[in-house]
Amino acid sequence: MIARLSIGHRLTVLLAGVAALLSLLSWWMVSELARQAAARSQDNVLAASATTIAETIRSEQGEVRLELPYSALSMLGAISEDRVFYKVVAGERVLTGYDDLPVPTDAATGARVAFETGQYSGEAIRMASVRRTVLAGAGPVPVVVTVAQTLSGVDAVSGQLSRLAAALSLAFFLVAVGLSVFAARASLRPLNAFAQAVSRRGPSDLRPLRRDAPPELAPLRGALNRLMDRLGQSIRRSEDFIAEAAHRVRTPLATVRAQAEIALRSAESEDSRQRLRRIIRAVDESSRSAGQLLDHATVAYRAEDLARDRIDLGELVAQAAAALEPTATMKDIEFRIATSQARVVGDAVLLESALGNVLDNAVKYSPDETTVHIAVSAEEGVARITVTDEGPGLGEGPIESLTERFRRGGNTEGVVGSGLGLTIAADVLAAHGGRLDLRNAAEGGGACVTLVLPSA
Amino acid sequence: MRDARLAVGLRVGLRLGLCLCLGLWAAVAGALEVEDRRVYPGTTDRTLSIVSTADLEVFEPYILRFQQSRPELTVDYTVASSVELYRGIRDGAGFDLAISSAMDLQLKLANDGLAQSHRSDRTDALPDWARWRDLIFAFTAEPAVVVMSSRALDGAPPPATRQELITLLRDNPERFRNAIGTYDVRDSGLGFLFATQEARSTDAYWRLSEIMGRLSPELYCCSGQMVDDVISGRLSLAYNVLGSYAAERMAQEGRRDIEIVQMQDFANLMLRTAIIPATATETGAAGAMIDMLLELGLREAPGDWPLPPLSQGTSDFGPIRLGPALMVYLDPFNRRAFLAEWENALVQDIVIEP
Repeated sequence: MIARLSIGHRLTVLLAGVAALLSLLSWWMVSELARQAAARSQDNVLAASATTIAETIRSEQGEVRLELPYSALSMLGAISEDRVFYKVVAGERVLTGYDDLPVPTDAATGARVAFETGQYSGEAIRMASVRRTVLAGAGPVPVVVTVAQTLSGVDAVSGQLSRLAAALSLAFFLVAVGLSVFAARASLRPLNAFAQAVSRRGPSDLRPLRRDAPPELAPLRGALNRLMDRLGQSIRRSEDFIAEAAHRVRTPLATVRAQAEIALRSAESEDSRQRLRRIIRAVDESSRSAGQLLDHATVAYRAEDLARDRIDLGELVAQAAAALEPTATMKDIEFRIATSQARVVGDAVLLESALGNVLDNAVKYSPDETTVHIAVSAEEGVARITVTDEGPGLGEGPIESLTERFRRGGNTEGVVGSGLGLTIAADVLAAHGGRLDLRNAAEGGGACVTLVLPSA
Repeated sequence: MRDARLAVGLRVGLRLGLCLCLGLWAAVAGALEVEDRRVYPGTTDRTLSIVSTADLEVFEPYILRFQQSRPELTVDYTVASSVELYRGIRDGAGFDLAISSAMDLQLKLANDGLAQSHRSDRTDALPDWARWRDLIFAFTAEPAVVVMSSRALDGAPPPATRQELITLLRDNPERFRNAIGTYDVRDSGLGFLFATQEARSTDAYWRLSEIMGRLSPELYCCSGQMVDDVISGRLSLAYNVLGSYAAERMAQEGRRDIEIVQMQDFANLMLRTAIIPATATETGAAGAMIDMLLELGLREAPGDWPLPPLSQGTSDFGPIRLGPALMVYLDPFNRRAFLAEWENALVQDIVIEP
């Protein structure tokens, strides 16, 4: 649960939790201090009151006498509306006041002023006792003056301050939560920027990340760079392997083909000629597939570090058409080329390979004695090579998926193919910032493949 | 005056009728010395019993007004002296409301946990000096005044300060001998409160007491009787009389030859207070009564109510402060010492011949 929470939320919740804890703590501390301050000021007044009474104690004809000063009780009335009790004890005898009023336990022994909290007349009270010794009659008589007051004034003052402190703590907490949200966002900003920098990259961009990152993110950046490095190496290795494999397969295939052709010419029976023709076709197909695998590997390799040649699309088309002319002638297929001026910047080898694959497809799927139209156009910064055939078209399936590797269209019965041709073309165009448009021609039902490139 | 007498006569008859039930009640309530009592029947048996130091004719309008809004309540009104009232509540007499002019005794009851708290919008509207702890509520502010017959002044302007009063008494002893009335502070709770507060506030009090003591003063329990005796001519001067009683009696009598003087050097301002005793049962009704009294106490104009509002008669010296300090003179040591001094001053056996 916690693990799935976003770091921002976790940070905010943690900081807010800390703020809540601190707010509670500060509220409790202020309340406690306020209570103590109020209690202490009450203690002071109680002590003053008891002392004022004790000052008036005197001995008169052997009797302890005292006079309750007006100020002794009026000072207590001035600080709060609390109930007031008092008691004066001389020796064992209660001289005046409330007989049953409790007295602080250490009033007779302890400090000169003793305080205690107790219970009287159904309420909590605070007592203060002052001790004084008077010489009366036979000897010294200890006199203890106790003044007590209920605690509602102290409670009211401390309650009031506590409520104020609570309001302040709440305000403090709210401000702290706001700041936590801000702090969480601010501290996550480099991480987000880092993530965006990674996600903005192209699918095959495996260059190491160079951007500055806070020290906390450096290990992540290092790990990511190492991972990308290893990934790049392993991709290159497999491409190399494929290229090597294709190359190695093609050479013996050429030998087999040459031998088969010789055998075909010297074959006597129609049956064995038929069989040899099948062998030649199969070898051709294997050779083409190996060539395409090689092309594909080349595309993957060269796309990483694209050459920037100025290329005239008209010339490119002418070369590609010339290269396929022998195959086309075998099926009596005519190339009809319509060129206009169009230039692009890119890798001539790759573009040739892309166009070759598209034309090869067109020838392969066209019935005998048809025409393949090739048109070159350029407008609004976009150069196009459109190849339209009169074949069966691209079929019913989803057209986009035809550029996936080893994917073949839905109506390719009887035609050999690897399914790599359009993948190569699409990869090349993507590497050049262009795209491959596939659709069925409006009339006649043939396929219409457009190579779209940004023009120079 | 005659009406009042008639009313008193009627009441005596009523009291005889109530004798039996009073006797029973007295047994229940402890030996409370009742001065006067009347029951104002309501539509039900629910009874709000009030004990008060205010005379019946003074308080009756308040009861009648209360019954207009709460007709279901029977009101049982008992008049007692403030000391008796205090003793009765201490002993747990079953009253629902205690109204007294002796602030110190009321405050001691509240302080000692013998009062219940009451809180309402009305009590919240009271100024701080007119209540203490939601236990005790003041609803009148009544100044202490000097009532003099113009005859005794003999054309001179009435004294404005105690010093002038002392001079007047000293210069004309023959006019005032045996003709001065004041509270017997030994019996009267209000008298004791006035005397102690005055002694605390001005040193002229003892000098004045000394002079009055030499002139053989009459000692009274109550303001009403003092005012009556000034009106009848028995007294030339009544010292420390409740201004409200004096003013009401003057208005009744329409007498112009009697002066009501408020001392300028210091004047006590007494607050008549109400508490709900801890033993009260009809606390809701008692609270409602207090709220009504406070509503009248907070009125702006005096109107024709017998007792003045809180705003009325506020002197420069402020009202006697409600607070635990009032209990100081109730302490036996202080009380004994004060009474001894007071007796020394006022109850003199030696009479100085002019």
